[in-house]
Amino acid sequence: MKVLVAVKRVIDYNVKVRVKGDNTGVETANVKMSMNPFDEIAVEEAIRLQEAGTVSEVVVVSMGEAKCSETIRTALAMGADRGIHVLTDAELQPLAVAKLFKTIVDREQPDLVILGKQAIDDDCSQTGQMLAAILGWPQGTFASKVEFADGKALVTREVDGGSETLSLTMPAVVTTDLRLNEPRYASLPNIMKAKKKQIDQLTPEELGVDVTPRLVTLRVDEPPPRQGGGKVADIAELVDKLKNEAGVI
Amino acid sequence: MAVLVIAEYDEAGIKGGSLSAITAAQELGAGDIDLLIVNQDCAAAGEAAARVPGIARVRVADDALYGTALAEPLAALVVSLAGDYSHIVLAHTTFGRNIAPRIAALLDIVQVSDIMEVKSADTFVRPIYAGNALATVQSKDEKLLITVRATAFAKADADGGTAIIEPVAVAGDPALSSFVGQDLTKSERPELTAARIVISGGRGMQSGENFAMIENVADKLGAAIGASRAAVDAGFKPNDFQVGQTGKVVAPELYIAVGISGAIQHLAGMKDSKVIVAINKDEEAPIFQIADYGLVGDLFKALPELDQELEKQGVKPR
Ligand SMILES: Cc1cc2nc3c(=O)[nH]c(=O)nc-3n(C[C@H](O)[C@H](O)[C@H](O)COP(=O)(O)OP(=O)(O)OC[C@H]3O[C@@H](n4cnc5c(N)ncnc54)[C@H](O)[C@@H]3O)c2cc1C
Ligand SMILES: Nc1ncnc2c1ncn2[C@@H]1O[C@H](COP(=O)(O)O)[C@@H](O)[C@H]1O
Repeated sequence: MKVLVAVKRVIDYNVKVRVKGDNTGVETANVKMSMNPFDEIAVEEAIRLQEAGTVSEVVVVSMGEAKCSETIRTALAMGADRGIHVLTDAELQPLAVAKLFKTIVDREQPDLVILGKQAIDDDCSQTGQMLAAILGWPQGTFASKVEFADGKALVTREVDGGSETLSLTMPAVVTTDLRLNEPRYASLPNIMKAKKKQIDQLTPEELGVDVTPRLVTLRVDEPPPRQGGGKVADIAELVDKLKNEAGVI
Repeated sequence: MAVLVIAEYDEAGIKGGSLSAITAAQELGAGDIDLLIVNQDCAAAGEAAARVPGIARVRVADDALYGTALAEPLAALVVSLAGDYSHIVLAHTTFGRNIAPRIAALLDIVQVSDIMEVKSADTFVRPIYAGNALATVQSKDEKLLITVRATAFAKADADGGTAIIEPVAVAGDPALSSFVGQDLTKSERPELTAARIVISGGRGMQSGENFAMIENVADKLGAAIGASRAAVDAGFKPNDFQVGQTGKVVAPELYIAVGISGAIQHLAGMKDSKVIVAINKDEEAPIFQIADYGLVGDLFKALPELDQELEKQGVKPR
């Protein structure tokens, strides 16, 4: 089985994001960038499947600016076999990413595509489902467990009321949730090895996909600040304030 | 044109998230609003939906194919109905998040996720970067798919209307997936996203058993219980308790965070609560920066005390 894994380069989850002074977006200069955490989980899952002998090849794909190749290297250092970088400086939105992915799926013919459930920058939670739709494949979103048996994928999903398990025909698209696994750190020897692994570069033009954003960002604002910092000395004061000042209990 | 809201429901009627989605749909000012009820044996839900004021039609797709909310047949069904609508609207729940992008891609339109404000029929405000920035976005597409942040819109009334009910034909079975089973959390407590009061525990709780202290307080307040990601990862509580950027977004009248540090990702799910209480032994914990009432102290002392004080003051669930 061959697996394609999506890895998006995003602002690191520990960074306190700031809106730009001109309200056109958020500050990205000199900001730490990392692999989207859900995509680390996706890479880890693919590598574990390979270690278990279920998967023969793990190909990671990232789309965007030149530095996405660093994100691909990180995945290669974790253990993925090779990378594909769709190079563009254009803003990429989920529908365009899904269309680009479709062309790569057509070329690579994987049995499984694993994406994150959500990119922590745009917080869209769309790309995997969109890809599954345009491929005409089933989708197993928000996965907390993935197993393979009798040519089917058994995917346990985190849903609002608890969890549920679906059986999907193959090929299939899976998106990862937090509890699927705990991603490994790359070891130094593997980081060295990753430097020699192959990364192919393509462009949206070569893939014949128009990536023009169809959702235009008119402006970006800071959320209204919240006035906090109030303290109470003890529980008696807390209960009193909740009853008599805030009136919420 | 008209707007289609895909409604979720339970035994009590149309769910709160969907009632908020209906309010957002009304704000679009884009014409008649229809509701889609889709499930197996959902005639009663269709009748409940018809009582929502201001709805033109309730379209009911009642078939075994839709009984387990599989994304593939559901998306195919909605696509078959989409010709009548300029907007398709859902709540940004796991149900909505699962099927909306599939519908959008099949229609080759963009989706606007998790909207917090309707500026006009094509312009919306939505959170990005865990709510640390708010983007105003405008769609260029003729048709629009929208998911709605329930906490940002008042719930539409659920009673008093008399919409017409029409059956919808089944749209064919893509036969790509099947339902195997589910493990739903059973609880007598109010649902997390609908509760007036939420009390959440974090890593500081140290174990699932210790949540009994939170339950005692929750009983007195009629509160729902939530958890941080760290508490869920550690197995103290199931995944559906997680509040945050990648869990549930809540905005109750009162949110009590116990043994939770206040990471950005957690704040993203609760910082719009009306009143926030934090109990934490570390006075530097970021949660205090957004708390109205912070108590610096050991939760293992504070929670039993809180329980006793509520008892003493005769506080009852409202
Ligand atoms: C992609 C991604 C998505 C995420 N999504 C979410 C999400 O949706 N929701 C979420 O919550 N997190 C999320 N996180 C995790 C988040 O970054 C934090 O790691 C998490 O919220 C920390 O949980 P916590 O506050 O319970 O634990 P900690 O940060 O470990 O804090 C524990 C707190 O308990 C206090 N404490 C300990 N003992 C006591 C005691 N006896 N009495 C009083 N106080 C005590 C400590 O002082 C500390 O402040 C996400 C992270 C990533 C990378
Ligand atoms: N530019 C990109 N490059 C690679 N993967 C992406 C890109 N954009 C989105 N993805 C994948 O799609 C997932 C969901 O993203 P989103 O729909 O934007 O929330 C991410 O976790 C990635 O796995």
